[in-house]
Amino acid sequence: MKKCILSVVGKDKVGITAGVCGVLAEAGVNILDINQTILQEYFTMVVLVDIDTSSLDFGQIAERLEEYGKKSGMEIHMQREEIFDAMHRI
Amino acid sequence: MLTTNEILSTIEMISQQHLDIRTVTMGISLRDCADPDPNVCCSNIYEKICRKAEKLVPTAQAIEREFGIPIINKRVSVTPVAIACESCKTEDYVPFAKVMDRAADTLGIDFIGGFSALVQKGFTGGDRALIAAIPEALATTNKVCSSVNIGSTKAGINMNAVALMGRTIKKAAELTADRGGFACAKLVVFCNAVEDNPFMAGAFHGVGEPGCVINVGVSGPGVVHHALQSCKGQPFDVVAETIKRTAFRVTRMGQLVAQEASARLGVPFGIVDLSLAPTPAVGDSVADILEEMGLESVGAPGTTAALALLNDAVKKGGVMASSNVGGLSGAFIPVSEDAGMIRAAKSGALTIEKLEAMTCVCSVGLDMIAIPGDTTAETISGIIADEAAIGMINNKTTAVRVIPAPGCKVGDVVEFGGLLGSGPVMPVSTRSCKTFVDRGGRIPAPIHSLRN
Repeated sequence: MKKCILSVVGKDKVGITAGVCGVLAEAGVNILDINQTILQEYFTMVVLVDIDTSSLDFGQIAERLEEYGKKSGMEIHMQREEIFDAMHRI
Repeated sequence: MLTTNEILSTIEMISQQHLDIRTVTMGISLRDCADPDPNVCCSNIYEKICRKAEKLVPTAQAIEREFGIPIINKRVSVTPVAIACESCKTEDYVPFAKVMDRAADTLGIDFIGGFSALVQKGFTGGDRALIAAIPEALATTNKVCSSVNIGSTKAGINMNAVALMGRTIKKAAELTADRGGFACAKLVVFCNAVEDNPFMAGAFHGVGEPGCVINVGVSGPGVVHHALQSCKGQPFDVVAETIKRTAFRVTRMGQLVAQEASARLGVPFGIVDLSLAPTPAVGDSVADILEEMGLESVGAPGTTAALALLNDAVKKGGVMASSNVGGLSGAFIPVSEDAGMIRAAKSGALTIEKLEAMTCVCSVGLDMIAIPGDTTAETISGIIADEAAIGMINNKTTAVRVIPAPGCKVGDVVEFGGLLGSGPVMPVSTRSCKTFVDRGGRIPAPIHSLRN
């Protein structure tokens, strides 16, 4: 399992979750957990995914997500989960 | 699962507080490249560096992409060339620097270090040839960095080497007069040089190191500064605790990247150097951290104490976070590379004498300081001797990287560009130390009992 964390930040509007999940489904990426909230008027979503289920590699998936981010005016980053674990868990 | 706040705080550290991996440095031994024929030696060096570091840049870029953490520089350090090339039948060591530069260009790395000699106790033929080649080597290459170790706690200070390095720095500046003496920005004179330092210009691959190794240097003055903003008015215990916690997080990230790079490249992991290395970017300054502790400007009374606390807390926090900590590990105070230091030097709040005091408690020394072009070689040697004495007596690494910018006087600003920034020319005492420097010989190693 290759776990990654997706962070989506931007102005709240209808259909963000659906849009991001659509991109992930199309890429064959499995969602393990989703957490979303409104922080200081900004829509903030954190998605834990497993990219091993996809036939695409990390770069290709990240590219699709960034493309969607640009189109929808959201800031989307995908990073390997280990970096957050290293920083916040002993 | 990780909380949203934790994830966002990491992203903010990277995107807004300049958290980055300053460098992934591959150390490569050149001890098997020796040959009596200098041309064969050059091709051996080129072949070995290019073979060992072939995948360094693409691997670092892949890690950067997947983990979302910028890796600013990819570098290579090699065995001190004075050792690796000593058996060559030649007096001209400039071609070795050129071949290192060519290998660096082929690989696409940012810097290559190790055009170095270790002469704390005396010179060999190779050491003399290398030092003689430094000015031209640095003036005719772009990415080659050079360092010379002229003293140590165990050996004392080689004052002949100190005198020679003063003249070498002057000559290097003159050969690059059209670029503000730029060659000197790639030349460090050390006391107690470390063998596994990933930072330039002082990186070289020490003789006790394995054949090939990955060392990682982390940075993050902006992150520490940001963390301290939340403890205004609190006592120093809180300040130290906050810095320790932040340094821990930053170093954990460095450890992760080092392990990942080591595994992907199939090269053993050496050390994480947990230094706070500033860049000229706003918000990436060590001076800002010191001022956040309550100083009107860096250079004010209290600066040395603030830096001592910072340097120690960074080490304490970082050392828990990595399996192997090494290199220089502490806070760097390069003037031209730090927006806050530049500001203080321009306003006159920060002097070279105060910087010298600060080097007693920080991780390196007088770093990236532009001085007037008419400063004599002997005065530069005097500065080197003072700095080396601090390192020798206190059992720590100290260094001098000054740029006697040709034609420039106090108040001028020398532009070095990129990470090297821009340096305001700082005044240096004009009282002569020529007779002192001309004595030569060695300052004996200090006693290490009866410490006061």
